[in-house]
Amino acid sequence: MSKKLIDLTHISKSFDGQMILDDLNLYIRENEFLTLLGPSGCGKTTTLRIIGGFETPDQGSVMFDGRDITNLPPNQRQLNTVFQKYALFPHMSIAENIAFGLKIRKKSKTYIDDKIKYALRLVNLEGFEKRSIESLSGGQQQRIAIARAIVNEPKVLLLDEPLGALDLKLRQDMQYELIRLKNELGITFVYVTHDQEEALTMSDTIVVMNQGYIQQIGTPQDIYNEPVNAFVADFIGESNIINGLMLKDRLVQILDVKFSCVDEGFGCNVPVDVVIRPEDVELVSPEQGMLEGHVVSLIFKGVHWETEVLSNGFEWLVHTTQMHPVGAHVGIRVDPFNIQIMNKPESNDEKAVESHA
Amino acid sequence: MRNLKRQLLAGPYILWMAGFILLPVLMILYYAFTATGGNFTFLNVSSITFSVHLKALVLSLKLGLICTVICLALSYPLAMILNSMKAKSQGFIVFIFILPMWMNFMLRILAWRMLLSNNGIINSLLGTFGLPGIDILNTPTAVVFCMVYDFLPFMILPIYNAMSRIQPDIIEAARDLGAGSLIIFFKIIVPLTMSGVVSGIIMVFVPALTSFAVSDLLGGGKVLLIGNVIEQAFMQEYNWNLGSGLSFVLMIFVIASMALMNSRGDENGTGVW
Repeated sequence: MSKKLIDLTHISKSFDGQMILDDLNLYIRENEFLTLLGPSGCGKTTTLRIIGGFETPDQGSVMFDGRDITNLPPNQRQLNTVFQKYALFPHMSIAENIAFGLKIRKKSKTYIDDKIKYALRLVNLEGFEKRSIESLSGGQQQRIAIARAIVNEPKVLLLDEPLGALDLKLRQDMQYELIRLKNELGITFVYVTHDQEEALTMSDTIVVMNQGYIQQIGTPQDIYNEPVNAFVADFIGESNIINGLMLKDRLVQILDVKFSCVDEGFGCNVPVDVVIRPEDVELVSPEQGMLEGHVVSLIFKGVHWETEVLSNGFEWLVHTTQMHPVGAHVGIRVDPFNIQIMNKPESNDEKAVESHA
Repeated sequence: MRNLKRQLLAGPYILWMAGFILLPVLMILYYAFTATGGNFTFLNVSSITFSVHLKALVLSLKLGLICTVICLALSYPLAMILNSMKAKSQGFIVFIFILPMWMNFMLRILAWRMLLSNNGIINSLLGTFGLPGIDILNTPTAVVFCMVYDFLPFMILPIYNAMSRIQPDIIEAARDLGAGSLIIFFKIIVPLTMSGVVSGIIMVFVPALTSFAVSDLLGGGKVLLIGNVIEQAFMQEYNWNLGSGLSFVLMIFVIASMALMNSRGDENGTGVW
């Protein structure tokens, strides 16, 4: 494992008396693609802005490469930001935009010209030097914003929902471009998004945040397959989250039916949240199922059918490659290892903190 | 057909323009280049070189320039302060700046006469504090004073408008790329507000150059601007040919100054002019 490059310790920040971040601890390793993921208002952008120097934390410290940079202004930090709305300088040509940071660092003209060429080649916009900003599409502007940031050879590139304004196809293309860029540059990316698919595609590490607290830190596989609580399960991908009763180790009662599972240590007769991914629910004939129900809705999604099955008062979301028409009488089966058991939070506060402790 | 119908909507305005803008300009052109008898002549236009006319024109240009420079020097920092305030208070302050514009132009000038006169409010205030009075009424200083007061909003508003359109993340991007406050001011804020500055300069300089009411009422007949000379030619000497000739020269200066400022470019469309 590479060394820690950025270390946030005990960071708190509030705006107008409203707590945005509460005692946040997070470190970012060298050469890592780390994504801060969460719904709007979860504190992910504030965290990024604290790293970038645009906000000062009320409490806590920011260490960069072993040096305390908590109170260092952004123009003295060795990192660069790609902004959500590009923030290109409208009165400058593309070359002037890219050269802005280099001119401030008083680089020679030949060095700057080489760098502009190199950066434009890297973002696949060769020969665009003289063009004006207005003549570019949104996706091209975003690439220029990336080029403008990386010519300064930052150790860390901060990206604040950079693909948020692009259309779906372009967004997917740019995701692969960003992965390629990161590998070519060999620097650390800190990426903010509310799009779970983006996070899963690109990241080495995902930090799921909610209400100012970190919910879970892990690889995309960890986060998807082993969510630590119902919030993470619900936010990353789609889930069936059902009230359950843990009868004893390896046995849980859902919708008045006993299911065997693989989780232990929750105690006896404890209420729990049960999370089952839609692709892990099998639709079988009624006799073979653990539960019976009727198909109430059916939508073709290309790869699969999104089927909703009403059974014992709960609407199951099922992704299946077989078509079951609306009204069909079906059975539901779930393999024990596909049933995830989670402790129920006792209050809203605890809901936010639970994985943090 | 639809297009034609739409164009008809512009009818009333075109009539208005033809009757009250185009026709008078043509009449001025006619009078400017004819003698009393109707014969063609350059005399009316070339009479700008008479020393009294030339002096008035130079004084107009000088006072207009001073007024514009003072307005710019006051407005730019003001617009910056205004822009950094909270959105709510911004609206209120802008309202205060616009408020005097709702009052009649003449009334405002007369009010300044009251304020500045030897026994006026300013002097009596100064007197109560034992300070020496000021005697600037009927001088070019008083004229510039009043013109600055009258035209200041026309400078503040376009600059403030251009400034408020600069997205905060552009400033943040500049800081992110290593720019300190000075670089941000000269490389980002000034270029991005240039169109507003140009609009402001035109909107202050042109009325200041052509003004005659201010100098009439605050100059006490001692401050003769080109506007006053033209007014006298029309109203006192009934010499429409001379008045038109001088107006034509003034018009050239107005158009030239506007062309000069516009050539500085309004690429970003942030100006209001």
